[in-house]
Amino acid sequence: MIPVSFDYQRPSTVDEAVQALSAAGDDGKVLAGGQSLIPMLRLRLSAPSVLIDLGALADLRGIREDGDGLLIGAMTRHADVLANPLVRRYVPLLAQATATVADRQVRHLGTLGGSLAHADPAGDLPAVAVALDATMEIAGPDGQRTVPAGDFFVDYLTTALGPADVLLGVRFPSHEGWGTHYEKFQRMAQAWALVGVAATVRRENGTIAEARVALTNMGPVPVRARAVEDALTGAASTADAIAAAAGLAGEGTRPTSDLTASAEYRAHLATVLTGRAVSAAAGVG
Amino acid sequence: MTITSQAPAAEVGAARKRKEDARLITGQTMWTENIVVPGMLHMAILRSPLGHARISRIDTAPALREPNVVAAFSGRDVADVQGSLPCAWPVTAELVMPAHPPLAVDEVCHTGEAVAVVVARDRASAVDALAAIEIDYEPLPVVLDLEAALADGADLVHTDQTTNKAYTWIFDSAQAGTGGAVDEAASGAEVVIRRRYRQQRLIPAFMEPRSVVVDATGDQVTVWSATQIPHVLRFLLAVGTGTPEHRVRVVAPDVGGGFGGKLQVTPEEMITYLASKRAGRPVKYTETRSDSLLSAHHGRDMIQDIELSARRDGTVLGLNVRLTANMGAYLGLVGPGVPILGAFMYNAIYKFPAYRFECTGVFTNTTFTDAYRGAGRPEATYAIERIMDELAVEVGLDPLEVRRRNWIGHEEFPFTTVAGLTYDSGNYEAATDRAKQLLGYDELRREQAARRASGDPVQLGIGVSTYTEMCGLAPSRVLGSLRYGAGGWESASIRVLPTGKIEVVTGSSPHGQGHETAWSQIVADQLGVAFEDVEVLHGDTRTAYKGMDTYGSRSLAVGGFALVNACKKVIDKAKPVAAHLLECDVSDVEFADGAFRVRGTPDGGRSLADCALAVFAAHDLPDGVEPTLDADDVYDPVNFSFPHGTHLCAVEVDTETGRVTIRAYVAVDDVGRVVNPMIVEGQVHGGVAQGVAQALFEEAVYDADGNLLTGTFVDYTPPSAADLPDIVSDRTETPAPDHPLGTKGVGEAGTIASTPAVVNAVVDALRPYGVDDVPMPCTPERVWQAIRNGGGQS
Repeated sequence: MIPVSFDYQRPSTVDEAVQALSAAGDDGKVLAGGQSLIPMLRLRLSAPSVLIDLGALADLRGIREDGDGLLIGAMTRHADVLANPLVRRYVPLLAQATATVADRQVRHLGTLGGSLAHADPAGDLPAVAVALDATMEIAGPDGQRTVPAGDFFVDYLTTALGPADVLLGVRFPSHEGWGTHYEKFQRMAQAWALVGVAATVRRENGTIAEARVALTNMGPVPVRARAVEDALTGAASTADAIAAAAGLAGEGTRPTSDLTASAEYRAHLATVLTGRAVSAAAGVG
Repeated sequence: MTITSQAPAAEVGAARKRKEDARLITGQTMWTENIVVPGMLHMAILRSPLGHARISRIDTAPALREPNVVAAFSGRDVADVQGSLPCAWPVTAELVMPAHPPLAVDEVCHTGEAVAVVVARDRASAVDALAAIEIDYEPLPVVLDLEAALADGADLVHTDQTTNKAYTWIFDSAQAGTGGAVDEAASGAEVVIRRRYRQQRLIPAFMEPRSVVVDATGDQVTVWSATQIPHVLRFLLAVGTGTPEHRVRVVAPDVGGGFGGKLQVTPEEMITYLASKRAGRPVKYTETRSDSLLSAHHGRDMIQDIELSARRDGTVLGLNVRLTANMGAYLGLVGPGVPILGAFMYNAIYKFPAYRFECTGVFTNTTFTDAYRGAGRPEATYAIERIMDELAVEVGLDPLEVRRRNWIGHEEFPFTTVAGLTYDSGNYEAATDRAKQLLGYDELRREQAARRASGDPVQLGIGVSTYTEMCGLAPSRVLGSLRYGAGGWESASIRVLPTGKIEVVTGSSPHGQGHETAWSQIVADQLGVAFEDVEVLHGDTRTAYKGMDTYGSRSLAVGGFALVNACKKVIDKAKPVAAHLLECDVSDVEFADGAFRVRGTPDGGRSLADCALAVFAAHDLPDGVEPTLDADDVYDPVNFSFPHGTHLCAVEVDTETGRVTIRAYVAVDDVGRVVNPMIVEGQVHGGVAQGVAQALFEEAVYDADGNLLTGTFVDYTPPSAADLPDIVSDRTETPAPDHPLGTKGVGEAGTIASTPAVVNAVVDALRPYGVDDVPMPCTPERVWQAIRNGGGQS
């Protein structure tokens, strides 16, 4: 299909981008890598009157060490995340999950920030950001602010970003020494996740000292599996303990039924995949 | 040129790289969408958002006020001239055939049906202006369920009809004299197995969306279309529009796939013609993928009720098939005949003594169905190969053993089946032995037993499919007896140019099959010319005016026959010329290894090029010799050809998630002699991919209101390479006795064979859980549900 006609702007600074978005009001839309937005425009599911392309904002591209962790620019492409040795050292979970995003072509155009700001419940990276306790750096008409990943995802395709806000980057605390794993289940090799599980585990002396588990596509936003985390915390790092905890993965979730899977099946998958993700993260089994 | 050396090695049988691929793969060719005609306008189509409704008001005038719009019209504006789209296969005399207007006039009968168009100077303007068309619909009841549609008092798909039944077509071996009565067979049987299988609705999903350009501005109507059937389209366009046939030219440029989906005279082709007429300008329409999934014809969609009667020793006594086939809202070009093609294949490779087949075609408020790769034969093969596995379980035999006890032995060919066809040749034993060896069948059975014993959460299943099919559509008399509207012959013409280069004109026009390469190989051998010196022309009715086009694995089986005959005629015409050049009597000339020689004289031969130059100059020809070597042939086959094979599939099923992973896939096909093994392997790979797709991935789904839910490739999910297994492809070769090259046909074999192989493997893996069926596609959720329910049909 052909998108509805729109204006196109390509600001050269973040301030210009914020001003352009402010001027556009509710009719503006940020264009990052375009891998979700362009198909939506073509299907006329989205019809903004102004597209504000962040492609010229070089400062929003790149990965650097930042305190105890990494700061990744919002416009950094998935392929650059994947290729980066710092990512593999500090947050290998991000690299592992990014490798499962769509296909090679998408990963060379799509961006980390675009993926998070789009907030598709079936997208892989929102749950990963939550499991890694990431923080979002945001610029808006009232200046800059930070929002924890856990507060960033508000509802289906909806985030804490206001209409004139620009996501600048994402801060990931180092998870060196943690065990992490992303377990994704999809029908087709290049499809969205029916369910995904991002698990991070810190072990001390054979027990699990700390765990964060976040679920993809088990509700309108990524869901922290708190019951699983509570059951794991202080538990022995054994297959039985993990299996018992994983059985609680459905608690607090709101999976949908759609053409690709029923809610019942998603709930079942959540327990199976949580068991697998935590086991892999903990190096058990 | 004096020839003293031997001709090069035979081209036929060589794995030549396809000469057309460089331009096709790089897009450096003339797809229909690339065609630009001076003054050309662009058309967009407004489609019904409802499954069934009356159009109470429609006004296209507001669209005319939109920028760049030249014309806009609805079905009412062309009601008197647009006619009805053709169905060429009225399978019974009583067939109900609703009018199929290209643009709906008063009633829309499926979502996506075309209701109005805008013609503009550019495509974007045409699409934008559709929103200005004013249209009011009064919703009507939507009929979707096949069995409910046939019930008394059912709502009607077409309000001007009195029934939703299109036809009932019956074959009974007792009446035909080809076998016994199935009721008697069943009453005396020790084992009777009844199953219901569903052939889900599929979408052909060819790579190149359909596109058409029509220039109807002068005396000549020229149509460029991404079609499989330029000749059929020319004939039906002439008849349908009243344009004299000699003033209609149809061009199928390079066409990017069809799989039967472009074996159609489409509403869009007719609407584009109407638009060009009304606008007085050439007009182009190219569909989007969403348009294509919604409105290009769909395939399969049948309920199969199967009853198999047998003895305890596994010998089948009778097969009774009752089909309910979804026609959709209209009858497509060959749609009613698709299930009938399957009627001759349910008995497959077996010596069943009694057989009955009954098919009822049913209208529903859905996109109409028609041919899709295999057309009736994959459905038949699926049902019989699935139920043969059930018989094996019931009588406690290995699935290959129960097949062996029923199949036709290689020494029994030619064999006339219970469906009345005479199978030309085959060797099921050889293909099966080879497939077992390549898969490591016995070893995998041992592994399966071990996994079952240990309660492994990942279970192993092995699926078997021993198939045959009918290729080379078709003897014209047979088509006539089945009430098909055309013949089944094919044509070939050879033009020998003065320098000895060759132009071949073929009536079967490729849409990816590789005719240019295969035809060049055949001609190179037949005429003793170089592969590179042959050009194959096709698809333009001005160049190739005579043909029956490409479908039903017919090009090589029928067109290849005509090609060899035409080559022989060229040699016969060249012989008197060669004799004159060699200064001998024509009866002393022999043609071998690419040269004409005096019999018994190895040196001093003359090539075809020598003869071509001699007839070009024509200064010194014997009296009565026509100064040309060109020759034509039209061949009508005496029989179908019957390739066969054994496909084996091993799957791993994760019983915790339901995920099916194909671990190994072996295809041993016997397609007769092979012209180009690489093309054959490519056909097998692509065919298996489409068959696996039906087994595991694809399904077109409507909601209760008749909306197509699988309207994009996000929801309708053809597999990518990453979803498919490595395919081990091998062959046995049993030549076709009726064909000069011994070839049979391979275009559909992989699709026909693979679907039951995969599903049989999935069910085999789950037997310990009490599962005896998983509906297609076997998605992880359906597999998980089957395990949970622990049951099946029995």
